[in-house]
Amino acid sequence: MGPRLPLMLKDAGLTAFVAAALGIFIVGFRTVDQGGGKGLGFDYHLVDLAVAVVVIFIGRLGLSMAANGLRWPAIVLGVAMIAAGASPMKLPSGFLHWFVALGGVLLVIRAIWPWANDALGAAARTPSGVILGKAGAKWFGWLLLAFAVLMPFSPLADQKTMDLGVLILTYVMLGWGLNIVVGLAGLLDLGYVAFYAVGAYAYALLSTQYGLGFWTVLPLAGMMAALFGIMLGFPVLRLRGDYLAIVTLGFGEIIRLVLLNWFDLTNGPAGIGSIPGPTLFGAVFAETPPPGKQTVSEMLGIAFDGNHRLIFLYYIILGLALITNLFTQRMRRLPVGRAWEALREDETACQALGINPTNTKLTAFAIGAMFAGFAGSFFAAKQRFISPESFVFIESAIILAIVVLGGMGSQIGVVLAAVLLIGLPEWFRDLGNYRMLAFGLAMVLIMVFKPRGLVSHREPSIRLHPAGSGGGG
Amino acid sequence: MAYFTQQLINAITLGAIYGLIAIGYTMVYGIIGMINFAHGEVFMIGAFISLIGFIICGSLGISSAPIAIVLVLLLAMSFSAVYGWAIERTAYRPLRGSFRLAPLISAIGVSIALQNYVQLAQGARPKPGGQVVSGGFNLFTADGFDVRVTWLQIIIVLVTVVLMAGFTWVIARTSLGRQQRACEQDMKMAALLGVNVDRTISLTFVLGAALAAVAGMLFLMYYGVIDFFIGFLAGIKAFTAAVLGGIGSLPGAMLGGLLIGLIEVFWAGYFSSEYKDVAAFAILVLVLIFRPSGLLGKPEIEKV
Repeated sequence: MGPRLPLMLKDAGLTAFVAAALGIFIVGFRTVDQGGGKGLGFDYHLVDLAVAVVVIFIGRLGLSMAANGLRWPAIVLGVAMIAAGASPMKLPSGFLHWFVALGGVLLVIRAIWPWANDALGAAARTPSGVILGKAGAKWFGWLLLAFAVLMPFSPLADQKTMDLGVLILTYVMLGWGLNIVVGLAGLLDLGYVAFYAVGAYAYALLSTQYGLGFWTVLPLAGMMAALFGIMLGFPVLRLRGDYLAIVTLGFGEIIRLVLLNWFDLTNGPAGIGSIPGPTLFGAVFAETPPPGKQTVSEMLGIAFDGNHRLIFLYYIILGLALITNLFTQRMRRLPVGRAWEALREDETACQALGINPTNTKLTAFAIGAMFAGFAGSFFAAKQRFISPESFVFIESAIILAIVVLGGMGSQIGVVLAAVLLIGLPEWFRDLGNYRMLAFGLAMVLIMVFKPRGLVSHREPSIRLHPAGSGGGG
Repeated sequence: MAYFTQQLINAITLGAIYGLIAIGYTMVYGIIGMINFAHGEVFMIGAFISLIGFIICGSLGISSAPIAIVLVLLLAMSFSAVYGWAIERTAYRPLRGSFRLAPLISAIGVSIALQNYVQLAQGARPKPGGQVVSGGFNLFTADGFDVRVTWLQIIIVLVTVVLMAGFTWVIARTSLGRQQRACEQDMKMAALLGVNVDRTISLTFVLGAALAAVAGMLFLMYYGVIDFFIGFLAGIKAFTAAVLGGIGSLPGAMLGGLLIGLIEVFWAGYFSSEYKDVAAFAILVLVLIFRPSGLLGKPEIEKV
């Protein structure tokens, strides 16, 4: 360890130096309007920067120690950082407390990682571990489903939780829909939110202009989105993966810009309001019935409760999401589903074997778009107000991140990732922009450390040589 | 005619800025075959560093515009280059050899993170500044319409031409350029012949980031206001330019930049300014569909 230490110090020093160079202007000099026509001035944050650079130095040193087998010193450094972050010591900003403490937590995790990994690996290798692992994966999904079905009746179900549940399920559904495109067919779609927007605007316009109900429009919206998927997909699906990504991004932006600027149809940035909610056998969820309609509480003879609408919405989106999942599971066993997975693995080989790549990709694209359309019209019915603001690129990126984080192609992974990426940040809403900063960094870290996602279950449905006897996954 | 000439002058100025950003895309794509989605954010950071640099110059009492511009230019180029280096080192290098879409997803993550980082550090409001050059001269007057060229437009085109010439020279004549071209052809072979591939790729990112920073400074001086979100649109348009010109080709990037500038300005000038971004995106889609190798690019053959 002796001769390594200078090297580690040098490396940590270099990292700290780069961090200082990165931060000096953007963080160190915050431009603020001085008012009174004096233009911009500075609000100096150089002390914050200095503290952060010191923390980065220590953190980097700890990381190299952990990587070189010096686990205990790394743990000591990590614990010291946590203590410093949690202490009442006065740092220039609240963010720095978090920064130091979180850095410490990461460092400790990194240091004990090899032990945890060894222990888990050893457990998984024992016969009972293998059985437990398999059974766990099988039952976990059913447990989650049971929890999701029973959740509205549990004491947990206050309004906030229900709202969050609906939100998470919407993203689960979108994730499953995009999973068909990205996970199964291997097409990187950065404009998925465009189809979501098509579904939402289809319902909003058809219901407010022509008085059609939610259940009539739902299939129409799905078909419309699928049609858009085919129209957009047909010319571009011949392109290579990363070109396709950029083109879909371009299409997504075009649709958003059109929604923003086609004032006569979409009411532009002001959006469309007073969209009717979904009905239950023609009955509406309201305290007093609108003329000619019946409320659900009247129909069922129960007292009105504002939560009923939320519970109803919750079950609609749960049902829609489960349909998406079931559909995908079945498709994977059909020839076209197998062709998707084969295309993902090797397009040129598929072509040589007589699979028409454009048509195969087009089905994946259209089906993915259809589910986004369903989810979109649900979104419009839930929000009762939509505007182009809801369909920006970042939404596509979030849905993509859910799929990627879940391990592309894994259905249960999408659920876990949606809970993680939507649920957790929603609880920490006060964090504001730090949330998105962490989100972006998480995307990078996942790609670097676990590129196959958290669950990493990306098995092709069928393979020539069963897993374990050669061949990659 | 006068209106047309005026629009042409404006378009060339804008096209020069897009071209500078496009070079970063095209070089990175040429050498490692990935779309550096975060490149637009480096441009945005370059613009912010320039803004801060101009304010510092102002408070130090540097009143001469040329000196301020040169100082800020060096500042923005060198510090944005660190961003380019750091992004490649942390977010892309570990992914070499991962599955093909991994670097692109990572790049999207970098892009989101940088946008929010600048928003947190500098605030979400648009920032005015950088207007150190004003004035210009009338080229001619026709139909009662003055065709005007501002000094700033001349500076922008001049800076771009000089940098382009310098850059072409670097690629064509220096040992770094030769190493870059070698890596572009065959990375493994280049490594076997003693080219330090990691270093070459790093330097490519550094150079691209420095050029993006120049574009950022020029953008700030031209429009006089920036915010944390400018990188997204400018990045997409510059990428379109790179694709239009033929990705991987330096003159192609410049030509593509000019064309995108022309399309955007003339669309806004003659049709509607609301849909000018739609025009840029539509061009991107059309080029990729009908001529994915671009105007000056070589067709690509994919092997198993």
